[in-house]
Amino acid sequence: MAGLHKSDIENPVLNWIDTRLPVITMMQKEYAVFPTPRNFNYFWNFGALAFVVLAIMLATGIFLAMHYTPEKTMAFDSVEAIMRDVNYGWLLRYTHANGASMFFIVVYVHIFRGMYYGSYKTPRELLWMLGVVILLLMMATAFMGYVLPWGQMSFWGATVITNLFSAFPLVGHGIVTWLWGGFAVDNPTLNRFFALHYLLPFVLIGVIFLHVVALHITGSNNPLGIDPKGPQDTLPFHPYYTIKDSVGVCVFLIVFAVIVFFYPNTFGEPDNYIPANPLATPAEIVPEWYFLPFYAILRSVPDKLGGVCMMFGSILVLFVLPWLDTSPVRSAKFRPLYRVFFWLQLASCVALGFVGAHRPEGFWVVLGRVATAWYFLHFLVILPLLGKLERPLPLPESISRAVLRGGGGGPLPGAAAAKPMEKV
Amino acid sequence: MADTMSVSAHAPGPAAGHEPGHDAGKRDFLKLVAGASAAILVGAIAWPLIDSMDPSADVLALGSVETDLAPIVAGMAITVVWQGKPIFVRHRTPQEIKAAQDAKLSELIDPQTDAARVKDGHDQWLVVIGICTHLGCIPLGNKPTDPRGDWGGWFCPCHGSQYDTSGRVRHGPAPLNLYVPTYAFETDTKIKIG
Repeated sequence: MAGLHKSDIENPVLNWIDTRLPVITMMQKEYAVFPTPRNFNYFWNFGALAFVVLAIMLATGIFLAMHYTPEKTMAFDSVEAIMRDVNYGWLLRYTHANGASMFFIVVYVHIFRGMYYGSYKTPRELLWMLGVVILLLMMATAFMGYVLPWGQMSFWGATVITNLFSAFPLVGHGIVTWLWGGFAVDNPTLNRFFALHYLLPFVLIGVIFLHVVALHITGSNNPLGIDPKGPQDTLPFHPYYTIKDSVGVCVFLIVFAVIVFFYPNTFGEPDNYIPANPLATPAEIVPEWYFLPFYAILRSVPDKLGGVCMMFGSILVLFVLPWLDTSPVRSAKFRPLYRVFFWLQLASCVALGFVGAHRPEGFWVVLGRVATAWYFLHFLVILPLLGKLERPLPLPESISRAVLRGGGGGPLPGAAAAKPMEKV
Repeated sequence: MADTMSVSAHAPGPAAGHEPGHDAGKRDFLKLVAGASAAILVGAIAWPLIDSMDPSADVLALGSVETDLAPIVAGMAITVVWQGKPIFVRHRTPQEIKAAQDAKLSELIDPQTDAARVKDGHDQWLVVIGICTHLGCIPLGNKPTDPRGDWGGWFCPCHGSQYDTSGRVRHGPAPLNLYVPTYAFETDTKIKIG
């Protein structure tokens, strides 16, 4: 059980460390020689990208916290001081504020990639569920971070979202008072949101660690959705995917920089540059863009409790997605019907995003209700039935066959995929 | 506890110890006691932490405010702040009172008579917490230039809820009437809220 590790590292100092704490061996095993499917496309960059954004958010956030004051009469002014007086404060804040948007863009692509290629299916169910926990933690963190500048949208966003809990019978109002630490969103609320906004990213790191551990147990999925059958199907993570991820990171950072330096307020709401006023609600309360689809679901249901349940349900349903999808075939490449429904579902999510940005009137109400219904129909009815009714295309014999003969991993005709393997 | 332990130490002799169920019952009991004690302990430690987030004494002490009604002419309303919340104090016109009293209870989302929402003999004064019962926005309607909705009371700009001249919800998505805070008339032109 206990015992020193036999390290094969040549450098005596590193060897001495590795013998007692084999982190270097572990890193080599998990990140250098780690066998990774050879057919990744660029959608497999987004996990690494999410990690890069998280690092940027932590770094900028810690330095912002050195200048920010979580007190209701000083919070808004301290943010303005960061923008005007603190050296590079504008850069820290614009990077942090837009970093939240970039984080959600990256993570949403990561999630839809998982849905398209069936990455949530056995044996990766727990990996997927940890991912949903990460999404929930990100949402809570982003929401509380948005409250901190204490502008009008901060204040009224906090009021509307915390009031969601008042929909629950009996305990609702008690919960809301407890969340606020008073009888309205006020100084205690701001103070605790700051504490939690600082805490949650570290919880996030813990769950991400488990997410990565689970990934290294099951191994990565790949665009074909079939398991690697041997060394001919995989590549060592380094240098092949460290290089591929680096390319993606460079492109991503260019996009990020363009936004930070040239369009820093595009994702923001102008109303948030007005200090919070508890006695005047802005004409329109709009959440940040990454919450718009959920906000649309909330408003599409005429009943308060019903709307709140549907909104929370829209994320909770993701936890059981691995069991709702009954098809054993992972990749949508080989599921002609699922492919169509995948794009329809993506379209319904985008439509909900637009609905959330508009006043709930006329056309937008109808579209919101149709898209909400479709969102749940897709997960709860279509996916379970599709696995039974759909006839998937024949799967390739192996990743290497498909990559080497199929012209870059495109879908293979069934016969071509099956025959050469028989000769081997 | 010590007695129980010493008994159990003696009881399982070489023969008795292998008797199925004899030892297991005692072990289950110990597990239950240990588990229950641990749960109580965790709860006792957690409660102060959780309760520390409830409103503190200074927040609770923001007891009451007094408001002079004399300057409010009929048809107008003012906003008073009480416990960080806006309180609408509205001087209703005779038509508004009549509209509020004549509303059929069967037409209301949250049925309540007008008489239950004002003080006896002070029909012209409506005092409500000015927070939409949907998601906490502040409805418009205190200023004559504000939209007051189809029932002449208040209109919430966030999600379109409408309230009548008694502060009762008439059009969703708000589920409940505007709350009436605890208040009392000190004189005919002075109220104490809270």
